[in-house]
Amino acid sequence: MRVLGLHLAVLGLLGVLQLVLPPFHHGMVARIMVLAAYAIGYNLLLGYTGLMSLGHATFFAAGMYGAGLTIHHWGFGVAGAFLAGLVAALAASAVVGVITLRTAGPAFLIVTMMLAQAFYLATLYFNELTMGEQGFVLSGLRVGFGGRGVDLTEPVVKYNVALGLLAVCLLGSLAFVRSPAGRVLVALRENEERTQLLGYNTYRLRLVAVLASGLTSGVAGVTYTLLFSYVGSTFAGVLYSIYPLLWTLLGGSGTTLGPLVGTLLMTYAVDVASGVTDAYLVVVGVVLVGAILWAPAGVVGGIRARWARWLP
Amino acid sequence: MDLGPHLFLALLEGLVGAFVLALTALGLSLVFGVMRIVNVAHGTFFMLGAVVTWYVSTLTGSFLVALLAAPLAVGAVAILADRLVLRPIGYEPESTIVATIGLLYILEQVVLMTYGPYARPVAAPIYFRVDFPWFGYSGYKLVVAAVAGVLLVLAWLALWRTTLGLHLRATQQDREMAQAFAVPVERVYTLAFGLGGGLTALAGALIVPVQQAHYLMGLDALLMSFVVVILGGLGSLRGTVVAALVVGLSDGAVSVLFSPTLAKIVATLLVGLVLAVRGRGLFGEESA
Amino acid sequence: MSHNGDGAVGLSRRRFLTAGAAVALGAGLPGPRVPRADAQAGSGPLRLGFQVHRTGIGAVYGRWYERTTTAAVKLINEKGGIAGRPVEIVAEDDGTDPKRGAEVVEKLATQHKVDLIFGTLFSHVVIGSAPRAGQLKIPYLVVSEGYHVASGRLNRYVFQPGITDVRAQVTAVAPWILKNLGKKATLIFPDYAFGHDHRDFFSRVATAQGGTIRALVPIPPTETSFTKYFPRVPADTEVLYHVMVGPGVLTFVKEMGEHFAARRPQIFGFVDSLEGVDLASPGLDFLEGTYFWEAFPRYAGAGTPAHVRTYRERVGVNDVGASVNDPRDVSTFSHMFGCWETLHVIKAAVEKSGYKKPGPADYKALIETLEGFQSFAEGIEHPQGPKRFVGRLHQVFGQQVISRVQKRRLEVVHRTAVEDSMYPPEADYTKQPL
Repeated sequence: MRVLGLHLAVLGLLGVLQLVLPPFHHGMVARIMVLAAYAIGYNLLLGYTGLMSLGHATFFAAGMYGAGLTIHHWGFGVAGAFLAGLVAALAASAVVGVITLRTAGPAFLIVTMMLAQAFYLATLYFNELTMGEQGFVLSGLRVGFGGRGVDLTEPVVKYNVALGLLAVCLLGSLAFVRSPAGRVLVALRENEERTQLLGYNTYRLRLVAVLASGLTSGVAGVTYTLLFSYVGSTFAGVLYSIYPLLWTLLGGSGTTLGPLVGTLLMTYAVDVASGVTDAYLVVVGVVLVGAILWAPAGVVGGIRARWARWLP
Repeated sequence: MDLGPHLFLALLEGLVGAFVLALTALGLSLVFGVMRIVNVAHGTFFMLGAVVTWYVSTLTGSFLVALLAAPLAVGAVAILADRLVLRPIGYEPESTIVATIGLLYILEQVVLMTYGPYARPVAAPIYFRVDFPWFGYSGYKLVVAAVAGVLLVLAWLALWRTTLGLHLRATQQDREMAQAFAVPVERVYTLAFGLGGGLTALAGALIVPVQQAHYLMGLDALLMSFVVVILGGLGSLRGTVVAALVVGLSDGAVSVLFSPTLAKIVATLLVGLVLAVRGRGLFGEESA
Repeated sequence: MSHNGDGAVGLSRRRFLTAGAAVALGAGLPGPRVPRADAQAGSGPLRLGFQVHRTGIGAVYGRWYERTTTAAVKLINEKGGIAGRPVEIVAEDDGTDPKRGAEVVEKLATQHKVDLIFGTLFSHVVIGSAPRAGQLKIPYLVVSEGYHVASGRLNRYVFQPGITDVRAQVTAVAPWILKNLGKKATLIFPDYAFGHDHRDFFSRVATAQGGTIRALVPIPPTETSFTKYFPRVPADTEVLYHVMVGPGVLTFVKEMGEHFAARRPQIFGFVDSLEGVDLASPGLDFLEGTYFWEAFPRYAGAGTPAHVRTYRERVGVNDVGASVNDPRDVSTFSHMFGCWETLHVIKAAVEKSGYKKPGPADYKALIETLEGFQSFAEGIEHPQGPKRFVGRLHQVFGQQVISRVQKRRLEVVHRTAVEDSMYPPEADYTKQPL
């Protein structure tokens, strides 16, 4: 049906684009795709469950550190590191999910922020292990496909791994929100009490939502570090919790394509503006204000409201 | 230093910090409570208060003139932002977040381009050292705490004894009902946003002789204000003040017991866990 | 807002969205403002990518780095450029952020196609960006002061030829501190890499020379108020060693003064705390009689050599280290010379190696030439002082200066020899493949 077709077309377009993009944009788009996956994870919680978190950097960074530390200190291979990152993200999601089980709205916002802040400080505190703010570099990352394997930092590999990640997350989120479980989450977002009255165990649902969201964000973190070779506390900081919120809201929370659009828009707004003027943040700020004035529900949200109500 | 004096010093510091934090957060509490929006640029207003204070006190040589000018100037900026941006998007919560992030970028960059990246000091209007037997302490900091305390009392009086205060409280409690009672809600919103900006700018102005004015100083103020407003309970100004005291004093006490970074971790987790257990905060209303 | 039924719209959504995506990307596609054909043929301007902290916490340094770079390039071009080619600077802001830093490296290398990249200061940005330079195989010259280059943890494309690193600085000054100020030291430092380097290297040298570390006080990076940490300084501390940096530094010094007043121990700091800050600021009176490490003395006086005066004039700095155009605009004098000297090293390396254009062969020659350098003489090209270069570490070594605050000025009391700062090398980049 046309929804699936649209999503596949977007992915297909991105796939084809790599053949025509000049080197700089090739790298930028690869980066954007991984970060868009992060935003998609974030949107699962914000747009579809109605929970706004200010602590998603914890999940992203947990994935990052899970993979990075195992490679750096214990010589794991890429596959093992990937798994380690997933496990770390899942663990972080579980902890956060359990602690925030009974909180909603503003309290949820602050509790997630506090937990994320504590995690960030912990990465600084244990700097013998994590190298703190300075971070460390991963090198020689190869994925084995028989023989010497494939170098993860090769542009073609990087782009397609990022595309693969985005595809999985995008299509996964599409499937999830249209599944019965997904619909119940939307019900939860609309009215928690009523959903409870209908017999659903809202606590379990919320936990599942947090786990799904955290895991997705964590996978993005793992992929980011494997492709871009750097692990550092900066990615656990509050700014990296604000970014997915910004990207998602700008693109349109509660839409599957919104996070991708938002990430793309913001990243290029910064890049284009900084090529034009030193005061690029003013331009970006104006773009943000303008965009939200035109489309308070985000770009894709605005498109959906005006022209395409069938967009998920 | 022995534990006793060390604890005393830490608590003293915590108290000063708490008062300033209460004043900083009061503006946010007002905005959040009355308008139910998240103003991500709240910390930027704090920073603007400090920067304007630097400009005015450098130009006029008088800190007191600056103390008057800063909240007025920043309040005006806030009202402008409300008219141009917030009102058109109808104070929708999520859009407001994006819009105020845009505002944050714009204001920060403008300050960077005009004021520069430096952290510039302002001379305190009164400078004296209080000599305790074990350590020296800044007299001005004690003055700041006292002034903040007075301002908090004045704010409380204004809220409970004036018509404007009545309108603010009414709008906060129930917007539709207030409208039915002929409270000019739109104007109240604008005023609330302006007051919120002005109050936090005042806190920034007071604190600038202690810290310096730097274009990035707003982030910390923003985050701490949020914590305190929500910990105190949405819609409760008393809660905000109490939460500020709790956070400030516990921060001080914890810093004595643990190494600095660990202390911060513990303090952060404490706040998070309190809220996890009691979601509505210390004085918040039970959500209907 | 339109309320047309969906059927009324002729354009298919799919096409609209893909068109939209194409437009968005197209808006960013490069429209080169500089013809690049010449550079690629080895003639035409030599284009140097400048990764600068224009915004973010490094902005003060970035501003002065940019001014110094502009001045150096002007001088070089007046004298005929590099290998007869005029030098052109292509600057990009990295926001003092490691993620953006890596993007900037990419942009400079693949979009602007510069010959090489220089200019990064903050350690976490260097470490976040350097891998990308190594992957893109473009020389990356940092002006950072961090020990990360010489530690061997980066890659063979990374060099630090214009500024000395923290380990060398500490190694040079520690013996003087122990001999002249006291043997029992307490360290106050920011709880991240820069501070840890000071902690580790000072502790190592101090204990090896008979000193003791009485206490370590690590301060969390975002701290704005420091009073509550001073009680951790033991009463029998003979010398307090501090390296606080960031916007809170003035607060730190003021509160230190309020806390200790006349009962203070000897105090030794690093001028990093005061870069961009006027020593005559209110509340800094407490610093009178305390000591600071400087790389390059901020205050000029009767003994200032001619080439240093020329340097100061060119960069636009007056005798007290502030901008000639605005005396309130204080420079980052102990760091920014790194850009000037790096550019002159680039000149020497390009001219000696016969480098023409980006490419494996030319880069190999350039890198091997750089690794072959042994020393740089003091003069207008290296105004900070004479240098020794250790090829295998990709790191330069120089003199370090110890100054005392006297009547709100910094007066030099000791200058270390270059050799005093040279620690045993722990890495060898020359063994790595390119």
